Amino acid sequence: MTWEIFIKWLPSFIDGAWLTLQLVGVSVIAGLIVAVPLGIARSSRHLAVRALPYGYIFFFRGTPLLVQLFLVYYGMAQFDVVRQSALWPYLRDPYWCAIITMTLHTAAYIAEIIRGAIQNVPHGEIEAARALGMSRSQALLHIILPRATRIGLPAYSNEVILMLKASALASTITLLELTGMARKIAARTYLHEEMFLTAGLIYLLIAFVLMQGFKLLERWLRVDACQGR
Amino acid sequence: MKSYKKILLTAAASLIIGTQAFAAEKLRIGTEGAYPPFNLIDASGKVVGFDLDISHALCAKMKVECEVVTSDWDGIIPALNAGKFDFLAASMSVTEERKNAVDFTDHYYTNKLQFVAPKNVEFQTDEGYLKGKVIGAQRATIAGTWLEDNLDRVVDIKLYDTQENAYLDLASGRVDGILADTFVQWEWLKSDAGKNFEFKGEPVFDDDKIAIAVRKGNDELRERLNKALAEIIADGTYKQINDKYFPFSIY
Repeated sequence: MTWEIFIKWLPSFIDGAWLTLQLVGVSVIAGLIVAVPLGIARSSRHLAVRALPYGYIFFFRGTPLLVQLFLVYYGMAQFDVVRQSALWPYLRDPYWCAIITMTLHTAAYIAEIIRGAIQNVPHGEIEAARALGMSRSQALLHIILPRATRIGLPAYSNEVILMLKASALASTITLLELTGMARKIAARTYLHEEMFLTAGLIYLLIAFVLMQGFKLLERWLRVDACQGR
Repeated sequence: MKSYKKILLTAAASLIIGTQAFAAEKLRIGTEGAYPPFNLIDASGKVVGFDLDISHALCAKMKVECEVVTSDWDGIIPALNAGKFDFLAASMSVTEERKNAVDFTDHYYTNKLQFVAPKNVEFQTDEGYLKGKVIGAQRATIAGTWLEDNLDRVVDIKLYDTQENAYLDLASGRVDGILADTFVQWEWLKSDAGKNFEFKGEPVFDDDKIAIAVRKGNDELRERLNKALAEIIADGTYKQINDKYFPFSIY
């Protein structure tokens, strides 16, 4: 690949990478917000509270993201009810379809991470909190959730990286994110290897930055750093 | 006498081995399988369509066995070059860009590009009307390329993996119109899904030659395909296949 071609298409790659970052950024943050109540409910001892998040997680973890994307993007658009609803301006747009689907998908995984983290908070610490006179909700807010955050963080960073790679599926619903852009450019130039290699390197770069960021965050949140404050 | 017998036996043996080797020559046809009526996968899972009927007729003329391999459209040229199949019969337009990547046979039909939009819309094909409209096309097709070359700053182009997905979005109203091959559009308009849509305006491009692609430098196969193609056109096989799909000639 000559440098001229590379320079000619570089702005397109940057546009694609920016869209990828938006999809991943919005979905993992929105997913986390959705997942916190789900994860807490999922770790409840009461069956009635546990059942709904269980069903949700079962569905979204048990089906491929590609199928979910197609269901939301092509499937829902087949119904007149959906097309005439107030949500149609959003569901019409592949960008929002991708964000909604990826958020719902990743929320299921994050909820499981949160459940695991909550159940892994040492029991003694919860008992100590209760012994000090904290109510259940106080213990949850001040002890269990902060501890669970630290326990679940490595798994969450893993999920973010997985979503970065899963975002490539958004190219199947006409979004020109990094993969979609690489496919479009490869179709124009017939330089498939070079274009996908470029896209791959950009993914690696993004993943590297994310991993370093989470590493810093983990250091900042390590247990002994919190002591003595 | 003995040596004569030996020679005869050897000749017979080599004949058998020779014909076996000949019969064993198997060519793989590459196609997409999502481009009705040219290539599609039928209910029984078989790849059928105009491209395949032509290919099988060519294989019969060349006296070789052929099997069909499908590939995603935008990776179909790399797949040909990687040797996943021997020739590519997938309604591919001959373009200068593609000629850098593969060699083409003579054309086996001539395509046009035409817009399709809902019947109840006064759809125009001039730039003034199209400004700001959303137009769909299949990725890596000449329709997509034509839109990018001619209307890039005018319309919002949406590119789809398959033509079928583009039609789904036309039906749901996400795109205002579709630009694609006239015959493919014609077939879709005939179907139940296409009953509320129609052609809009004249074809915007009408000399799009469709040919079979082979790997660069594979002149031997290209020549054989050309010869077989000339034969099926001359003996009426081509017309038979044409008439099976279209009430007009598409050559």
